[in-house]
Amino acid sequence: MKTRACDVLVIGGGPAGLAAATQARESGAECVMVLERNDDLGGILPQCIHNGFGVSIFGSDLTGPEYAGRWIRKALEAGVGFLDRTMVLEIDKSRRVVAASQREGLIEILPKALVLAMGCRERPRGALAIPGTRPAGVYTAGTAQRLVNMEGHMPGERVVILGSGDIGMIMARRMTVEGAQVMAMLEILPYVSGLRRNLVQCIRDFDIPLSLCTTVTEVRGRDRVEAVVTSQVDERWRPIPGSQEVIPCDTLLLSVGLIPENELSRMCGVAIDPLTGGPLVDGRYGTSIPGIFAAGNVVHVYDLVDDVSASALRAGHHAAQFACCGAPASDGAAVKLRAGENVHHVVPQTLDLATLVDDGVHVELRVRQPVEEAVRVQLVHDGEVIVTKRERYARPSEMVTFELNAKHMNKLEPGASLVAQTAPV
Amino acid sequence: MRETKEFICVTCPVGCTIQATIEDGELLNVEGNTCKRGIAFVQEELTAPRRTLCTTVRVHGGKLPLVPVRSEEPLPKGRVLDVAAALRDVLLDAPVTEGQIVLPDALGTGVDIRATRDMPVA
Repeated sequence: MKTRACDVLVIGGGPAGLAAATQARESGAECVMVLERNDDLGGILPQCIHNGFGVSIFGSDLTGPEYAGRWIRKALEAGVGFLDRTMVLEIDKSRRVVAASQREGLIEILPKALVLAMGCRERPRGALAIPGTRPAGVYTAGTAQRLVNMEGHMPGERVVILGSGDIGMIMARRMTVEGAQVMAMLEILPYVSGLRRNLVQCIRDFDIPLSLCTTVTEVRGRDRVEAVVTSQVDERWRPIPGSQEVIPCDTLLLSVGLIPENELSRMCGVAIDPLTGGPLVDGRYGTSIPGIFAAGNVVHVYDLVDDVSASALRAGHHAAQFACCGAPASDGAAVKLRAGENVHHVVPQTLDLATLVDDGVHVELRVRQPVEEAVRVQLVHDGEVIVTKRERYARPSEMVTFELNAKHMNKLEPGASLVAQTAPV
Repeated sequence: MRETKEFICVTCPVGCTIQATIEDGELLNVEGNTCKRGIAFVQEELTAPRRTLCTTVRVHGGKLPLVPVRSEEPLPKGRVLDVAAALRDVLLDAPVTEGQIVLPDALGTGVDIRATRDMPVA
């Protein structure tokens, strides 16, 4: 087995990995390598052929392939090394990585710092327990997206979409543009779970029927999907008897959530936050294991790729710092961040105050329930509001962010607890 | 007659909800937009709405059988599906390069359709 050393090793060549690796080089790391399982870089972006990417990072409205192309060129110009068709098999807590590479065979890499950038995966049908038969014609929205946009296959002609996540809405439009009929989009929650703009340009623009508080309670068909039975649900998601409706269709697409992909993180013993499904991170995107950092959707699922790239730039910077100088001096007792009233989760979950002095800290949170009126989102310490933000509304589909700086730090002491919450205006 | 209409701006991912006051087809006031592109969006929605089309075109002899394409500018909303249908009849030969025009002046709209990535020969 060949052994290699490098300064920063990044696992995954999607938007997070590309940005982390580029920034690691620009922050001074000599040897930066990205391992990518696929033969194409960009992660999910090559199949996201729609526009809307890059508005905040590049100031232009790009498609997924264009956005990926820009980052691939930036990474190559920065001198990042890539090993594609390479799958990581093992990581241990000393950051030893074993991978199977089509070009190099079995290799061992010993980096000074490691960045986890494996992204997320779609929640599959098995996780939903929809009763009924198991015919062909049930796909996750992302699988259908790959079939239509990269492989040139139409999954079906009459389509029902379960879940109103962004990929589901984007696919509703895509299937319509390709000549299929989207019979219905169903959402179990009382509100749409994706972005508002997608509701307009993907659903309303094409008069696609949308039913809220509704789910699929049966799939019918022996070899191929022939129909789905839908039911309205009550506030505890229980089907309401008598509300059933049969929708004839040949395809059911599932857009029912994304889950951070952390099989490798768990293997090496990185502590996972049950609320995010991703590693617990500090203000430098460091995980519970020194020298192992995490960036992008592996940490928590973002709404926008620009935000994935931005978080990965920060993680890449700190990974380069660690590779050069080791762990920064710490005061030992970190400040803890946790979710309070109507907040689902907060990232980072800890921060040491030294981080704030150096660079400031970017805090991201997601609310639990939509608030459709002006609302304050706050970080509170011991009853004192440390930072507050007035929003015109707060929705689970739209992440809220804060920048903490030295001024905020002066109000905190090591070991303090910061609670994220919403409050009435 | 004066009326208030609600729009969700699709110009960028922020997706502002905009309340527009309209009298006899004329835009009097907008509220809720966080940038000036919101005003232009509402103005356009009232007169001649436009949307960007992103779809794929078949490629002969490429690494993949398709290449993604987009309209250089937003198309008149009512022409989006027609242009998409016209693009289904286009067959390109590999290699295709990012930015290459695959359908100039699509159906007389004045908007070019361009490839959004390279598609090398298989």
